Amino acid sequence: MANLNVSIAGVEFKNPLIAASGTFGFGHEFSELYPLSALGGISCKGVTLEERPGNPPPRIAETPAGMLNSVGLQNPGVDHFIRDDLPWLKRQGTEVIANIAGNTLEDYCSMAEKLSETAVDMVELNISCPNVKQGGVQFGTSCAGVEGITAAVRKYCRKPLMVKLSPNVADIAEIAAAAESAGADVVSLINTLTGMRIDIRTRRPVLRNNTGGLSGPAVFPVAVRMVRQVFRRVKIPVVGMGGVSSWSDAAELMLAGASAVQIGTVLFRDPYAPLKITEGLNRYLDENGVKNVSELTGAMREW
Amino acid sequence: MKKYDVRSCTILRKNRLTGDIYDVTVEAGLLAEAARPGQFAQIAVPGKTLRRPISICEIGAAEHTLRFVFQVRGEGTAILAGFEPGEALDVLAPLGHGFELGDTSRRVLFVGGGIGLPPLLAAARTFGANASVVAGFRSRDAVILRDDFEACGCHMMIATDDGSLGHHGLVTELLSGLAFDAVFACGPLPMLRAVSALAAERGVPCQVSMEERMACGIGACLGCAVSLRGPDGAERYGHVCKDGPVFDSSILFL
Repeated sequence: MANLNVSIAGVEFKNPLIAASGTFGFGHEFSELYPLSALGGISCKGVTLEERPGNPPPRIAETPAGMLNSVGLQNPGVDHFIRDDLPWLKRQGTEVIANIAGNTLEDYCSMAEKLSETAVDMVELNISCPNVKQGGVQFGTSCAGVEGITAAVRKYCRKPLMVKLSPNVADIAEIAAAAESAGADVVSLINTLTGMRIDIRTRRPVLRNNTGGLSGPAVFPVAVRMVRQVFRRVKIPVVGMGGVSSWSDAAELMLAGASAVQIGTVLFRDPYAPLKITEGLNRYLDENGVKNVSELTGAMREW
Repeated sequence: MKKYDVRSCTILRKNRLTGDIYDVTVEAGLLAEAARPGQFAQIAVPGKTLRRPISICEIGAAEHTLRFVFQVRGEGTAILAGFEPGEALDVLAPLGHGFELGDTSRRVLFVGGGIGLPPLLAAARTFGANASVVAGFRSRDAVILRDDFEACGCHMMIATDDGSLGHHGLVTELLSGLAFDAVFACGPLPMLRAVSALAAERGVPCQVSMEERMACGIGACLGCAVSLRGPDGAERYGHVCKDGPVFDSSILFL
C-alpha cells in the first residue's frame, strides 16, 4: 500500500483528497454517511465577517457534464463558524481549512486575524467567487488586486495561507505569481467558470442571479491546463480542483502539478466519491510501483 | 442505522399511470425502514451530473420497499422512466423533513394537484378514514392514485380543469363545506396559496410540500433555497432539502 500522505505548507494531510469549499458545508451532512477522517481535509463553506443570506432562488441549473450555481456565499458568519462548527470539525480527524470571503480588504484581514487564534489548519482566501457583487472576485482578476489583498491578509494570518484563484482571467499563471510574491503559501485552482443558461420558454435566465459558476466534468480539462501552467510558473504548492470525478481524474490533476486535489460537484452525484477515489488512487499507485502519492505531483512527461 | 444512505435499489414493479407519469416500486432495504411520509429520495441518472429529487409516495416498511410516482419533466426523468423491473436505481434516501403527523385521530384535509398527489399518499394512509382528499387534475386522463387513496379509506373528491371528471373547476372550490383540524397540501403555487389562506382563516395548521432545483439533497450545498419567515418575522433563506420539503405554511412566503 502506497503512502498517501501529502505535506503542504507544513500541514500534513493523510491523503490528497480535500472536500472543496461550498460543496461540503461544515461536514455535518456527510458525516451521517462516513467518518470525515476518510478525507485528507475539508475546505469549509466560505464564511464572511457577517452572516450572509445568499442569492434568491433558483440557484442551481444543470448543464452538459456539469452545473451552474449561484448560491452567493450564504453563510452564518465567521464568528458562528469558529464557535459552533470548528470545535466539532476539529474532532473529526481531518485537516480543517477555513475559506474566507469579504466585501472589503479589512473584512479579509479581520477574519484572518480571528482565525489565526483558532485551531484551523489552513486559511483559504476566496477571491474568486463569481456569484456576489462584492466578496471576492473583484480582488481576484488582476495581478495588482491579488497582490494587494494577499499581502494585506498575510500580515494578519498566522496560519498557512492558500489563495484560491479564478479561472475567469487572461493569464492565471501571472495571477498565481502575484499571490506567491505577496506571501501566499499555497494556491488553489480553479474556482468555477462564469456561465449562464436561459429558459427558452420564459426567456428568462434559469438562475435568478442571471449568471452562475460552472463546475463539474465540463471544466476538468480547463483545470488540468491551468494547474499545469501555474505549476510551471510558481514554486509554492498548487492544490488542484475543477471537475474531478474519479481516481483517474485525481491522478491526472496531480500529474499536471497538483500537490493535493479538491473534489466538489462529484459529491452531489456520489457522496461516497472520496472513499472510492482514495481506493482507486491507492490501487493505481501500487500497480505502477509508486511508493508515495506525492511523487505524482508534476510528473507529467512533456512532449 | 444511518439517517440516510446510498443504495442500489432493484426495481420490483413499474407501471405507467398516465402519458408521462410513472409508478416505480424498488427494494430499498434499510432506507425503507428509515423513511417517513413526506420525505424524498435523490435518484442518480446515468450520464447526468445531478441526481433527481423524487418524493416518496409509499413506504413498505415490512417488505422494505419504496414507491416513487414521478412525472417526466425533462431529460433526466425521461431516463429514469426507461428503467425496467430487475434493473437497479441508485437511490440516496430518505431525505428531508416530512409531514408532522401528530394525532392521527384528527380530521386531516389533504389537497393535491396533479403530480402533487404522490407525496401525500403515505401520510394519508396513516389517517385512513379521518383523511379527506381533494385532488385536482387537468382532465380525466391525468387522474392518478385515486384507487390508492380510496383503498386507504380516505374520503376522496376530484376536480378537473375541463370537467371531464368530478367537479369542473379548482380544488379550492370544493373545500368550503369541509370540516378539518389540519391541512396537508402539495401542488401548484396558486393552489398552495389558496389552501394556506383557508387554513389560516379557519385557524388550523397547514403543512405544504415544496420543490426547488436541488444539488446535494442533504443540506450541504445550500442550492435549494426557499424564503422562510423567521421567529422574529424577518425573511431568511432555508433549504427545501433539509428544512423541508414539508414546511408549516405559516413560515413560507407563498
